Amino acid sequence: MDLKDLYRDVIVDHNRNPRNFGKLDPADAHADGHNPLCGDRLSLYVNLDGDRIREVKFDGSGCAISVASASLLTEAVKGKSRGDVKSLFDEMHTLLTQHDAPVDPAKLGKLAALSGVREFPARVKCASLCWHTLNAALDSQSDPVSTE
Amino acid sequence: MSAQPAPRTGAIDVAAIRADFPVLDQQINGRPLVYLDNAASSQRPRQVIDTISRYYEHDHANVHRGVHTLSQRATDAYEGSREIVRQFINAGDTKEIVFTRGTTEAVNLVAQSFVRPKAGPGDEILISGLEHHANIVPWQLVCEQTGAKLRVIPITPQGEVDFAAFEKLIGPRTRIVALAHVSNALGTIVPVDKFIAVARQHGVPVLLDGAQAVPHGKVDVRALDCDFYCFSGHKMLGPTGIGVLYGRQKLLEAMPPWQGGGDMILSVSFEKTTYNQLPWKFEAGTPNISGTIGLGAAIQYLQAVGIERIAAYEHELLLYATQRLQEIPGLTIVGTSAHKAAVVSFVMNGIHPHDIGTILDTEGVAIRTGHHCAMPVMDFFKVPATARASMAFYNTHAEIDRLAAAIEHTRKVLG
Repeated sequence: MDLKDLYRDVIVDHNRNPRNFGKLDPADAHADGHNPLCGDRLSLYVNLDGDRIREVKFDGSGCAISVASASLLTEAVKGKSRGDVKSLFDEMHTLLTQHDAPVDPAKLGKLAALSGVREFPARVKCASLCWHTLNAALDSQSDPVSTE
Repeated sequence: MSAQPAPRTGAIDVAAIRADFPVLDQQINGRPLVYLDNAASSQRPRQVIDTISRYYEHDHANVHRGVHTLSQRATDAYEGSREIVRQFINAGDTKEIVFTRGTTEAVNLVAQSFVRPKAGPGDEILISGLEHHANIVPWQLVCEQTGAKLRVIPITPQGEVDFAAFEKLIGPRTRIVALAHVSNALGTIVPVDKFIAVARQHGVPVLLDGAQAVPHGKVDVRALDCDFYCFSGHKMLGPTGIGVLYGRQKLLEAMPPWQGGGDMILSVSFEKTTYNQLPWKFEAGTPNISGTIGLGAAIQYLQAVGIERIAAYEHELLLYATQRLQEIPGLTIVGTSAHKAAVVSFVMNGIHPHDIGTILDTEGVAIRTGHHCAMPVMDFFKVPATARASMAFYNTHAEIDRLAAAIEHTRKVLG
């Protein structure tokens, strides 16, 4: 277990300076996510152009992993279609939970920096919270998402 | 019962004590384990582990049933533990010692069997803002069931229960006062004597959640003059899944059984069932026999080391940890009562407690991070979570140095 694998420079940077941080008001879609174990709380706001994400922002508070993951998510999904987001979600799920899955930086870009999380099972929920919250926003679920 | 360490005099011999705890002797992520999560669960000495193994290897059978030798041995050991518990907390009679699954079940038992039948709309249940969820939710359930109202004594910025506010809140409609003896989240030692004295004047019964108090200082239920006292085995060197409800005999006698089943009855027919006597009336089903016997061994271990000596040494550790952590820039201790158990809850500027917990673990240091099952306490201090180092008498000053160094390392990684 190497700490450097978890808190990579990209993650430390996105935690200190989260991108696309704030609210969209009005927003076409919005969802709240909560990880009761750590107290992480995130809100995701999305504006759509037809099937594509035109704008996405998040706010809330959480640990470095959850904040950096949300920040990286906003960069990764801008301009993507619902279908793209769905396959990215599956890729991220594999990245965060499958110990021996190969990491493909060409496909994942900066999101690949989160691969170290898989060595820290207690922290997987921190990294995946924003992805579940985005899914909920796109599905227009009105109930808050919980990792529990 | 297992061989216990010889009674020690003078200061605590930490090296000898540590040798009794096999789990402490290991490397975590390449470094010697520093276990500072004792408020969540303590570790077990060899004497407790051996007692449980010996019981399963030689003596196990069901209790209170057989005429055969093993059943008699198991029953003797099980009831022997009840006597050990009685002496430990100075209850007047073993009838007042009910074994439960833990503090949580003990509180639920009192909520459902003692308070629920006599609570109704307009009645009040009084707790404090310092409580663990286990001393909040059982009362919320009773409130939903009866229409009673939950009232909460506020806490102060130091993390103490506001006594003046308590005196205003207690009244003729108060059906019970339920208080933590020691806060799990902050370590505050609540001066329960004062609260009990006022409750007595109002004729209101008092339940104390002693989960964090019992292993760290002398508890005498008769001197306290409380009506119910609840605690857990696993926070005091004993097994998980075993706990104790102390209740005043006349109150327990008047209470209906909480769960039905074997062991809690004298005779059963389809027309009429006669309940067993105290304390078995509240122990339905085959009990946690090995857990109870392990709890007895844990108490004997604590007594052999000496509860007063444990309290004095842990206080030294608290002062040292408080001093070392206060020196760290950007670190704020949450809960600053002058009267605390050996718990230091803290937050750091710009660093989330969960990241602190993960980084400390890579340095071999185990602490708890999160809301500590006390979300209202977190809300009061406007933090989502804290990091909490909680000490036991097997911890050392050198381990607190390791904690401080690991926190400094955290600042370097994320600060």
